[in-house]
This record gives sequence, C-alpha cells and structure tokens, in this order.
Amino acid sequence: MPLATGIKLGPYEILAPAGAFPPTRATMKDSMHRMRRCECVLAICLAAALLTVPVAGAQNSGREGGGAKTSAPASELPLDLIRPEELAKALQSSAKPTVLNIGPRVIYVQAHIPGAEYIGPTANPEGLEKLRARAASLPRDSFLVIYCGCCPWEHCPNVRPAYKELKQMGFTRLKVLYIANSFGSDWVEKGYPTAKGE
Amino acid sequence: MLNHQGNGVTRKSAVFIAVIGLAAALYLHRRISSPKASSSLLPAPAIALTDLSGETLSPSSYKGKVVLINFWAAWCTPCRAEIPQFVMLQDKYRSRGFQAVGISLDDPEGALRDFCRESGVNYPIVKGNQKIAEAFGGVLGLPTTFLIGRDGLIRAKYQGATDFSKLEQEITALLQSGH
Repeated sequence: MPLATGIKLGPYEILAPAGAFPPTRATMKDSMHRMRRCECVLAICLAAALLTVPVAGAQNSGREGGGAKTSAPASELPLDLIRPEELAKALQSSAKPTVLNIGPRVIYVQAHIPGAEYIGPTANPEGLEKLRARAASLPRDSFLVIYCGCCPWEHCPNVRPAYKELKQMGFTRLKVLYIANSFGSDWVEKGYPTAKGE
Repeated sequence: MLNHQGNGVTRKSAVFIAVIGLAAALYLHRRISSPKASSSLLPAPAIALTDLSGETLSPSSYKGKVVLINFWAAWCTPCRAEIPQFVMLQDKYRSRGFQAVGISLDDPEGALRDFCRESGVNYPIVKGNQKIAEAFGGVLGLPTTFLIGRDGLIRAKYQGATDFSKLEQEITALLQSGH
C-alpha cells in the first residue's frame, strides 16, 4: 500500500498523504508552503557552497604548504615542505638553512632568495650531478632547503628529482619550499627578501 | 486555483534559478579575476628580437597590430599544453591584425626547434634571455603571457595557465577597438 500519492504540477509532484487524493486545498497549500521553504533552504545552501569553494581551496593550499609532509599525486613521493613565511623567518634566525636553487638560470638571475646557491634544473642529469656534487660536502643533518618556482607546483619538473636524490644521500633535515604558482607571485610579490644577479 | 499555484511555482522556480545563477556568476567571476590575470597600461618594451629563423622582429614590425607575447619553455609542461591554442589563435586572427610571438626561456636550441616543428608552431619563436624578460618587467614564472594593443600598450598580463576564453575575448575586443 503506498504511503503517499502525488499530483503533477509543472515540474513538481506535490505529495499528499495516502488516502487524501485528490488533495484538499489546505493540503496543497501546506505542501506548497513546505516546498517553498525547501527551495529557499536549498538555494541558500547551494549559493553558500559555490561561494565558499575557492576559499576552501585557498585554505587547503595554505595547509599543504605547512611544515609537515604533504599530499602529492599517488605516483609521487610525499615531500617535506616549508612555506615561504617559514623560510623567510628561518633566514633571519641564527640557524639559517643552506638554500639551493634548482630552477632555470634566467629566473635566478632576475630574482632569488638571498644567499641561495645556484645549482640549475634538476630535471636533467647535468643538474642532478651538480646537486650531488654540492650536497656531498654538506653534513647529512644540516638544515637544507631546495626551491624552484619555475611554474605551478604540480608541474615543476625539478623539485621531485632533487628531493629524491637528496633523500637517497641521507639528508634528514631536508625541506622543499612550497611555491604554489611561481617564484614571482609567491615570493617576490609577497615582499620576501630578494637578491638579484649571479 | 491550480493555474494560480502553478504560476506561483514557476515564479519560485525562477527565483531559485536566479539565485543559483547569481551564485555561479559570482563564483566564476572570482575564479576568472584571480590575481593570475591582471592588466596594466605600460608601453610594451621597444626591443628588437631575433627569431629562430634569424629574422629580426623590430617594434615597428608589429606597429598597429594586436600582439601576444608568450614567455614559455619546452621543458615546462603547462607551457607546452598552451601552444596548440596559440597556434589556433594565430590562424584565426592573423588576417585581422593579430600576431603571436613566443619567447622561450632556458631551452637548448635543438630541443626548441624540434618541439616547434613537431607542434606546428605558426608564429615566430625567439630564444629569450634575462634582458628580454626584464624589459617586460621581469618574468619570474612560466608561462607568462602579455597582450599588447594596436597602440603599443600592454593591455593584459597572464601569469600561470592562461584563461583562453578570456584571452580570446580580449583579443577580439582589441582587434575591434583599435586600441
């Protein structure tokens, strides 16, 4: 036995209790009233959801940049990240990290983190060899930061090979600077200290 | 009575759709007008460029045209993904006075030539350097794209992945306006 039956009205079906068909004027009025309230609630919920999506995305980005290990596509290794504001603070402390730039030279010479040593793109074997040679003389427990910022984070061809190489060499305090979009937008335009030239 | 209530439902449906539409429009507006796309009215740098075929592209070469300058690299995945779109735009708007120019950064010339040939690039490609990048106010991430009006002013700058629907709208607007 059906619990309810309905009447088609435009795109809607108004439900009425079983046995109350055809619905009375009062029943239909009540159904319409409930339906209007549902529409309003649904509209507000959807509007709120749509408007908060970018904010939530930004918050996720911020969390990703946190000091802990963060997410990466399943096929990739997780990286120990450091956020720009954390690195800027560390650079002012007595325990400054060694900072290595593993990006393209044309960006490095326009702007780089003060004190950062240029290694070159580690997406290619020459760059990786330079990185190995430079890192060989560093204590394995030294505070070491690598960064690139050539292009959006998920597309950077340099940070992952460099991180993997240094981890294999045994560096225990290795961090990758999380640059979401580019060195320009996420470091220079944020007002963090910058040097220029070779 | 049913008609009256039916009209009420239709009216409420319209309000419902309008609210969702407004929310969607606001959402899209916030996404599209993110900091990645900004504009300024600085003049484009008056520098001569030499493309891969050895031809010199002087500022006068493009006088009165709408010019797109794309800083990119063949090793940059999102940059490579954009090339077919630039090829399409060059084909579509060439006759109306549109000219794209690619400036590649940190690419070995052999790899660059191979990529351009394989991708069917139909516009000049220049091997860029620090001087060229700084002439455009600095290029500190790829891809970065500038749109220059017929008047020689930089009308838009896209950092990161280009919003091609917005870009094409701006190109057509500039081609029509005479700016």
